Amino acid sequence: MANYSTSEFKSGLKILMDGDPYVIIENEFVKPGKGQAFNRVKVRNLKTGRVLEKTFKSGDSVEAADVMDTNMQYLYTDGEFWHFMVPDTFEQHAAGEAAVADAIKWLKEQDMCVVTLWNGVPLAVSPPNFVELTITQCDPGVRGDTAQGGTKPATLETGAVVKVPLFVEEGEKVRVDTRTGEYVSRV
Amino acid sequence: MSEDWYPGASPDLLRARAAMLAGIRAFFAGRGVLEVETPMLSRAAATDPALESLVAGTDTGYRYLHTSPEFPMKRLLAAGSGDIYQIARVFRAGEAGRYHNPEFSLLEWYRLGFDEHRLMDEVEALVRGLAAANDPGPAERLDYAEAFRRHAGLDPFAATVAELSACAADHGIVFSGELDRDGWLDLLMSQVVAPGLPAGRLTFIHGYPASQAALARLRPGDPPTAARFELHWGSLELANGFHELSDADEQAARFARDLEIRQARGLPEVPVDRHLLAALQAGLPDCAGVALGLDRLLMCLTGATHIDQVLAFAWDKA
Repeated sequence: MANYSTSEFKSGLKILMDGDPYVIIENEFVKPGKGQAFNRVKVRNLKTGRVLEKTFKSGDSVEAADVMDTNMQYLYTDGEFWHFMVPDTFEQHAAGEAAVADAIKWLKEQDMCVVTLWNGVPLAVSPPNFVELTITQCDPGVRGDTAQGGTKPATLETGAVVKVPLFVEEGEKVRVDTRTGEYVSRV
Repeated sequence: MSEDWYPGASPDLLRARAAMLAGIRAFFAGRGVLEVETPMLSRAAATDPALESLVAGTDTGYRYLHTSPEFPMKRLLAAGSGDIYQIARVFRAGEAGRYHNPEFSLLEWYRLGFDEHRLMDEVEALVRGLAAANDPGPAERLDYAEAFRRHAGLDPFAATVAELSACAADHGIVFSGELDRDGWLDLLMSQVVAPGLPAGRLTFIHGYPASQAALARLRPGDPPTAARFELHWGSLELANGFHELSDADEQAARFARDLEIRQARGLPEVPVDRHLLAALQAGLPDCAGVALGLDRLLMCLTGATHIDQVLAFAWDKA
């Protein structure tokens, strides 16, 4: 098993604590003038999303979590699992509902995304920061309303609903920021 | 292209550092304290188990980069230098973070005939003088036991390890690992007591447990304490001072104990400074000395929130 010493701690490092994978969000080195040094870390549980603080003695080590971010292509869903493939190797992975969570509403078949694997099993799916999707349903814009900067809901081909400006029409392709769920522009 | 070539400190901060250094030199010139320089690279290393020296390869073998200029300065004192100060770049392996850079600036000075209380007066005068318009006001002096009673709610000399660990848990500290008694005290000092000190004010904590004497002399009593102090600005520790240990035999015993602890913890074995022991044998005049972290002081003087903001080029840019 690989281990990380506290001196290797930095944000983004994946560690294993009490059997769960965590990612370090913040690491603070704390040392009184003449005594024991500590690393105070803020970590997020990659399974539950829960954030907690923990203090380690500097120099101690923690088991590394075998967590890897891999670029994969979304293939399809069978209703129970969502299937992804590593393009270079054709290796396929099936992710459950907890892992795909909100990400799936931004993905259509063939799209690339990042799948976080823990011990080879999908733990989380992250869509690209920006996606381009076609509007499958939205009400026609009302003439004259464009100057007010009003918005209306639009349903995208993946099922996600975003607010778009009134001048955007059904059938058009739009660019969306998946981190905020906001419309960026027409494509 | 990477932006790593660009300095971390703004031009204003470079000027603030220059003004601080000029202020320090004027302060000591006015008090007749002599500026000295001593080697950064030494055959001997700090034995303190909490400090790790960086090592440099030279054509005559390995040398240790100093973690503070304390030992050679004491050799000067023993040789009759009188009051001395030094502004030194020092090095401590593995110490990096918001308030730490592995290479940093230390102001260290020694005053003959002073005890730690008289030296605290002088530290306060220097710091408040440099702060000028941002004067943090008169420093409070708090003994170590009182600081723990006030801010952690326990007696650090009487509490058991179980009580110390329960106190940490009560303050929301989730600790994983093993600590000895002093380790628990350090944890509580750095994460409970110091954060409880009044923000923006100077506090001296003095009268440390004998087990944390480092290079301070011991003061008999019940319990005996170390003639050691630390200055905090708000919760940030700025300086550590001692009424200096001058007994060569006691110093040799502390070196030996440090080396035993190093061995037990699997830390690197380091050569002891024989020159220091010889100088103490010859006779160190009665004196008090203090080391003050200048990068942190500059943070306090300028309101910087990360040490990288006060360094032209921090460790990652060096």
